[in-house]
Amino acid sequence: MPSLEDAVHDLATDVIRVHDLRMSYGPVEVLKGVDFTVRRGEVIVLLGPNGAGKTTTIEILEGFRMRSGGQVTVLGVDPARGDEAWRARLGVVLQSWRDHGRWKVGELLAHLRAFYTPYRTPFDLDELLAAVGLAEHAGRRLSKLSGGERRRLDVAIGIVGRPELLFLDEPTAGFDPHARRDFHDLLHRLSDLEETTILMTTHDLDEAEKLADRILILDEGGIVADGSPDALARKVARDAQVRWSVDGEHFVHATDDVTAFVRGLFAQHGDAVQDLEIRRATLEDTYMAMVLKEVRR
Amino acid sequence: MIWHAVRLGLRRGLTETKHAFREPQEIFFTLFWAGSFLVVIYFQRDATIAGVSLAALTLPSLVTLGIAFNGLMGMVGGLAVEREDGTLLRAKSVPHGMVGYVIAKVVLISLSSLTGSMLVLLPSLFMVSALDAVGVPGWLGLFGILMLGLLATLPWGAVIGSFASNPQTGAGFSMLGLAGLAAISGIFYPITSMPGWLQVVAQVFPPYWLGHGARAAVLPPGFAAAELTGAWRVEWCVLVLALWAAAGFLIAPGVLRRMARRESGSVMQARRERAMQRVG
Repeated sequence: MPSLEDAVHDLATDVIRVHDLRMSYGPVEVLKGVDFTVRRGEVIVLLGPNGAGKTTTIEILEGFRMRSGGQVTVLGVDPARGDEAWRARLGVVLQSWRDHGRWKVGELLAHLRAFYTPYRTPFDLDELLAAVGLAEHAGRRLSKLSGGERRRLDVAIGIVGRPELLFLDEPTAGFDPHARRDFHDLLHRLSDLEETTILMTTHDLDEAEKLADRILILDEGGIVADGSPDALARKVARDAQVRWSVDGEHFVHATDDVTAFVRGLFAQHGDAVQDLEIRRATLEDTYMAMVLKEVRR
Repeated sequence: MIWHAVRLGLRRGLTETKHAFREPQEIFFTLFWAGSFLVVIYFQRDATIAGVSLAALTLPSLVTLGIAFNGLMGMVGGLAVEREDGTLLRAKSVPHGMVGYVIAKVVLISLSSLTGSMLVLLPSLFMVSALDAVGVPGWLGLFGILMLGLLATLPWGAVIGSFASNPQTGAGFSMLGLAGLAAISGIFYPITSMPGWLQVVAQVFPPYWLGHGARAAVLPPGFAAAELTGAWRVEWCVLVLALWAAAGFLIAPGVLRRMARRESGSVMQARRERAMQRVG
C-alpha cells in the first residue's frame, strides 16, 4: 500500500500512466492489456513490428481514438475527456501528411502557432524554422517541399506550442543521415533545455538506441520489454563477443565477464594480442530476440 | 479562448481565399461556370414569354442556384478532401483548431460563391434591360437572399461531408440530390406546369425559394403573375430558408464533432489505402 505522499509524488512526476489498456477493432483485439508509465522529462521510444498497435497506442494517448478498456491518464487527464487547455500542452506529429499544399511554410507555422498564444508562450517563428533547417524555405509552398523537408515542418508544427509532452510517430521516415542527426540534436535540446517529455515510435533501432532513456517493445498486444537500451541488451544476451588475433590467427570467444577474460588474454600473450574487438549485444540483437521469442510462442 | 480561435479562423479563411484565387484550376472553373451562365442569359436577352423578359426571369434564379451549388458542394468537397489529406487532423491537434477550421471553410466558400455570383450578375446588367429599373432596395434584397442561401446550404454540406465515407460518394450524392431539386425548382421549367405533388415537394426545399426570393427582390410586381400563387411570398421564402438554416446550424456542430472525434491517423491511412485500391 503506497503512502499518500508517494501517490502525490507519482502524480506530479508521471506524465503518462497506462494500466490494462485494451483496444479491439470489432472481434480483433489489438491491445490486450498494456501497462507502462512515463515520467516527466523522459525520452521513450516505442518499438514493435508493424501491426503491433504502436500507432493505436499513441492515438489513444493523444485523445484521437477511444479505447475499449483500461485506465489512461496523460498529464493527469483522461485523454478521452481532454479539453482544449489540455490539448495545448501536447505536441503531436502523426505519420505522413500531405495537407495545406497551397500554404507557405512560414505562413502555416505562424497560423498554427497563433492558436497556442492564449495558453502558453510558443517558440519564436524564425528560431524554430532555423532549428529544423527550414529558414531559407519560409516562403516556399508546402507542395514544393521534399519528403524530408515536409517531415521537418511536421516536427516544427508539433513543437511550436512548446509542449510539455511530445508524441512523434515515425518522425524520421524519409530523412537523409544529415537531417536525421540534426533532428536528434533538436530532440536532445528539447529534452535537456525544455524538459519536454517525448514518446516516439521508430523502425530505426540505431535511432532508438541513440535517443531513448527507456525503450518499450510492443508486440502481440502487450509490452514485452521495458528498460534502458543497455539493460535490455544485458537481459537478452549477457555474453559479449571478444575477437582477437595472435600471430595472424583469428579467435572468437563469448563471455559474460569481458574484463576478466581480456585481462587473462594479455597475461597469457602480452603484446602478441592484435585486432582486439569487443562487441556487446546491440539493441537490434535484443529486439530480434524479443520479437522472435514472441513469434515462436 | 474560443473567440481567439474564431478570429484566427476568419484570418485563415481570407488566406485560403487568397490561395484559391491564385490557383489556375480554381480560376478556370469559376470563369467557366460564370461564362456558361452568361451564355444562357445572352441567348435569352431578347426573348419574351407573354410579354415577360425571359432573361430577367432566369438571371436571379440562376445566381441563387449557383450559391446553393457552391455552398453545398464546396463544403462537401472541402471536408471530404481535407479529411483524407490530413488538414482536419492537423486542425484537431491544435487547441480549438477545429473552430478555426470550420470558420475558415465558411469564409472561403461564402467569398468564392459570392464572387461567382457577381461574375454572372454584373455583365448581365448590360444585357438585360428589364433589370435597369432595379433600385438599391432590390439589390439589397437579392444580397439578403444570397446570404440566406449560404446559411441554408453550408451547414448541410458540412453534415453530408462528415457522413460521406469517401469524397466521391459524398460529392456524387449531393450533386444528384441538388440537381433533382433544381430540376423541379421552377428555375429551368415553369413550376406551374408540374403536377401538384411535385410542386409541394419543390416547396419543401431551398432551391425553389431561393429562386422565388431572388425574383421577388429584383423583378417588377407584374412578374408575380407567373408565380405559383400569382403573388410574391417573401415571408414564406424567408421562413423556409431560415428553417433550413436553423436546422442545419443545430445539427451540423454535433455531426462535425462526432466526425472529428473519429478522425485519426490510422483511419486516414486506411481510407487512403482503399482509395489506392480504387485507383489501381
